[in-house]
Amino acid sequence: MPEPILKISELDAFYEDFQALYGVDLEVAQGEVLAIIGANGAGKTTLMRSISGLTQNKADMVTFRGDRIGALRADEVAEKGIALVPEGRQLFPSLSVEENLLIGGQIGRKGPWSLSAVYELFPILQERRNQQSTSLSGGQQQMVAIGRALMANPDLILFDEISLGLAPIIIKDIYAALPGIIGEGMSALIVEQDITKALSVSQRFYCLQEGRVSLEGASATVAREDISRAYFGVE
Amino acid sequence: MDWLNAVIQGTLLGGLYALFAAGLSLIFGVMRLVNIAHGDFIVLGAYLGLTVTTLLGLHPLVALLLVVPAMALIGYVLQRGILNQTLGKDILPPLLVTFGLSVIIQNGLLEVYSADPQKMNAGALETASVPLGELSLGVLPVLTFGIAVAVIASLQWMFYSTALGRAFRATSDNQEIAQLMGLNRRHIFGLAMALALGVTAIAGILLGIRTSFDPSIGGGRLIFGFEAVIIGGLGNLWGTLIGGVILGVAQTIGAKIDPGWQLLAGHIVFLAILAVRPNGLFPRINE
Repeated sequence: MPEPILKISELDAFYEDFQALYGVDLEVAQGEVLAIIGANGAGKTTLMRSISGLTQNKADMVTFRGDRIGALRADEVAEKGIALVPEGRQLFPSLSVEENLLIGGQIGRKGPWSLSAVYELFPILQERRNQQSTSLSGGQQQMVAIGRALMANPDLILFDEISLGLAPIIIKDIYAALPGIIGEGMSALIVEQDITKALSVSQRFYCLQEGRVSLEGASATVAREDISRAYFGVE
Repeated sequence: MDWLNAVIQGTLLGGLYALFAAGLSLIFGVMRLVNIAHGDFIVLGAYLGLTVTTLLGLHPLVALLLVVPAMALIGYVLQRGILNQTLGKDILPPLLVTFGLSVIIQNGLLEVYSADPQKMNAGALETASVPLGELSLGVLPVLTFGIAVAVIASLQWMFYSTALGRAFRATSDNQEIAQLMGLNRRHIFGLAMALALGVTAIAGILLGIRTSFDPSIGGGRLIFGFEAVIIGGLGNLWGTLIGGVILGVAQTIGAKIDPGWQLLAGHIVFLAILAVRPNGLFPRINE
């Protein structure tokens, strides 16, 4: 395996007052798509918050391209080149569709993504560019959220539950678009409840259970019974 | 004709109230901070103007070129140094801290400038007037109103057409997600407070040309500012101008009926509007 772009070591992290992650170790290689699966409350969201800087931990718990970023604020992490597509989309309601995209890009990192590239990927957004972001359908809002993260031209993009609350047909579209998005040399970390979807787009996966890594391996070859065991903790 | 005159004078006075209110409205809009010391910052602006005009012999309106940046700097440092630490889920700490600031500013001004009423000298501008039919309009009130409209229009443009305004709105919507976009909210809040106190400096100097002032009058200006913001509706800058005008007109008409009624009439109109439209006339912020 080549040198990892993201390395998490011995991560203990808290969600509000209780500990959600215990000694988690994890690596993402350059250009790799990694899936994180696990039941509700397994610590997936805390893991995302810890990587993106929304939850600050000890500096050396998270290393990104050799920089110790575990203790940085989210805006500093964003400048290093990590973008998050947050659970529930979380668009800015006071901003139009285009302004939501522009604010994603204002960090000013160079790369292939720009307003026109995002509009090419999701043409519907160009039609709706002057509308309030909250007036869009759920699927279109998810496109804005993905576009907003891409506008930062990140080296690592985190997707947190991008299919949650969307119609199956929309989920299919979004997953169909994913390889085109990630294909630009970006690494990606995908948190997903739908295990089949998560395994189909990723090269490797980690399964979290009650704040610990219960299983990791190659997505293509893992046995379903191993996953059920790691996912639910039943023997 | 006297009544028409009262309405016109009240409208022009409303421009000054809108300037009192604009900074208050801005910081509430961006960071949900209610600045109890806002009135005292207006008075501080007036005193800084007084110092600049007496020390350097400048006209008060020229003094704006120094006082506005000075107040903006004070705002940024205050926000980064103190106020950011008070912001959080609990709304009480910023109220208490700005209340404390109010006391400190008042007493500081008292110490430096004494309790004697002061006034800035703007020369011929103070008494100049232009005839309008049978009425005569003071140049200073008309200028004040014009400045208020220009300030509100600039803030509106800044808020809705610039990258900084976009950052303000995004941070106001969702601080965590804004942080993910690389916006450091502490810096954004500092800029918002700088802008607010810059506008407050303009309000303070216009106040200090119009009437005499002393360190104790901040509280009253704070109330006028609050009332203008709330009448107009939270988060709507043009609404704030209309709120100021309604308050100003209510006061001049009240004074026309009986001089003792000036302030009371303003408060009564404010309470009446609050009773009918608790969110103000043109609210923008959906809570």
